[in-house]
Amino acid sequence: MTSPILDVKNLHIRYGGASADAVRGVSFTLGRERLGIVGESGSGKSTVGRALLRLLPSAKITAETMRFEDIELLSLTEKQMLGIRGRRMSMILQDPKFSLNPIRKVGDQVAETYLRHFKCSRKEAGEKAIAMLEAVKIRDPERVCEQYPHEISGGMGQRVMIAMMLLADPDVVIADEPTSALDVTVRLQVLNILDSLVRDRGIGLIMISHDLNLVRNFCDRVLIMYAGRVVETLAARDLDKAQHPYTRGLLAAQPRIGGARAPLAVLDRRPEWLEEVSR
Amino acid sequence: MTVSVETRNLSITFGHGPTALKVLPDVSFLVEPGECFGLVGESGSGKSTILRCISMLTDFWKGDVLINGKSVRDMPLIERCRTLQMVFQDPYGSLHPRQSVRTVLSEPLRIHKLSDHEDRMQKVLTDVGLPVSFLDRFPHQLSGGQRQRVAIARALILEPSLLLLDEPTSALDVSVQAEILNLLQRLRELHGFTYIMVTHDLAVVDHMCDRFAVMLRGEITEILPREAIPGCEATHPYSRELIGASLEYEGHA
Repeated sequence: MTSPILDVKNLHIRYGGASADAVRGVSFTLGRERLGIVGESGSGKSTVGRALLRLLPSAKITAETMRFEDIELLSLTEKQMLGIRGRRMSMILQDPKFSLNPIRKVGDQVAETYLRHFKCSRKEAGEKAIAMLEAVKIRDPERVCEQYPHEISGGMGQRVMIAMMLLADPDVVIADEPTSALDVTVRLQVLNILDSLVRDRGIGLIMISHDLNLVRNFCDRVLIMYAGRVVETLAARDLDKAQHPYTRGLLAAQPRIGGARAPLAVLDRRPEWLEEVSR
Repeated sequence: MTVSVETRNLSITFGHGPTALKVLPDVSFLVEPGECFGLVGESGSGKSTILRCISMLTDFWKGDVLINGKSVRDMPLIERCRTLQMVFQDPYGSLHPRQSVRTVLSEPLRIHKLSDHEDRMQKVLTDVGLPVSFLDRFPHQLSGGQRQRVAIARALILEPSLLLLDEPTSALDVSVQAEILNLLQRLRELHGFTYIMVTHDLAVVDHMCDRFAVMLRGEITEILPREAIPGCEATHPYSRELIGASLEYEGHA
């Protein structure tokens, strides 16, 4: 791997008013690859994603380093951060129903990314938006541009968000549960579109998900988080060979097609997992 | 008592005039006593609407819904509530935030004029694997899995025969889902419940259900036994697509 795009060392995050850290000493690097972060709700995986974009105004974020290429993200002013956020690092959120502005036309929302970060006319931005919607395989993008978010389906909404986030041609995309609001049949289409765009453009992708099948199929490497720490890092294809009892517990708890119908294994959460450091 | 459920030519239209939308054109299926029957299909295909029709939460449908041969329309409210209960998808939304578990569980007992409130509440909480001390907790003091257990306890406290499960685990983590699925299996063995379960996850169907119906735009494309999933033995193109996508997603392809 060449020098990483992101380098995070010993990241701690504490929410305002909380008595303990939500994220405790997380370290990882991201190259031009697809990195999965999995864990249960409350494990801190989304918090890490948000901290990278400095989207947690009330939280205290500390780290030895949180470097994006040669920029130390924690030392930037909010104004400098505006030049990074959405332009060089962007985030795809879970549910298009809640993440798109309900009272603005789809086309205007997508074009806004371009207008905000590049000097250009509205017309030019609109053309860029249409081209991008085409790239996420939306048929008849001119018509979709004139529609409001409630007029399009969930799968289309999610593709609109992907278009919006990739329009500025970022180096890093953080996808926070990008498909968990979608039906299985649509989910695969959306993931394949995201996957091919990310690969073609050499974007570093962080895929945050609770879904082990998703990270197994669409990531190169996986971090497994538990209670604010990374307990294990694995190549996605080796997920089934996981060593840590938590990872193994998660895998065993999942019902599988064609599996025995015996009661599913239930996680026996060990107190020592809270303090272990990733190997 | 185990009950059978039959829907015959169930249809429902939302709205009036030119904007009227026929959500279920004509749905018929039979669920055997003690069976776990799955309803799968994409969002908007009418899965949850079927449950809402059976439970009479939505009551302007046409056709017949028969429980052990008796129409739900002819059942008085009290009898209906003792026969069927529903568990909703999101335990964060389906429990009143300002009611303690005790309030949630005692209200049905009061309405149905049942005795031994305390004993019944303690028994049902134990049944769903929660400590009795949880009676005095509020929803915000419970985790997602614990909330869903309370929602199941609320459904069980009137000792119904039919449980309508509307995506009971899709808001939960996989480890918590395992606990809830195990609980539902155990309760079914214990009480001989009939389940109708809406889900979008075919792995859950394969784990829980005996048969399942694949729905598309309000219609049942086909009813399949669970054994048809691993080999994708469906005949309708949409069912094949759905099963194929699920297999691919799990990495079988």
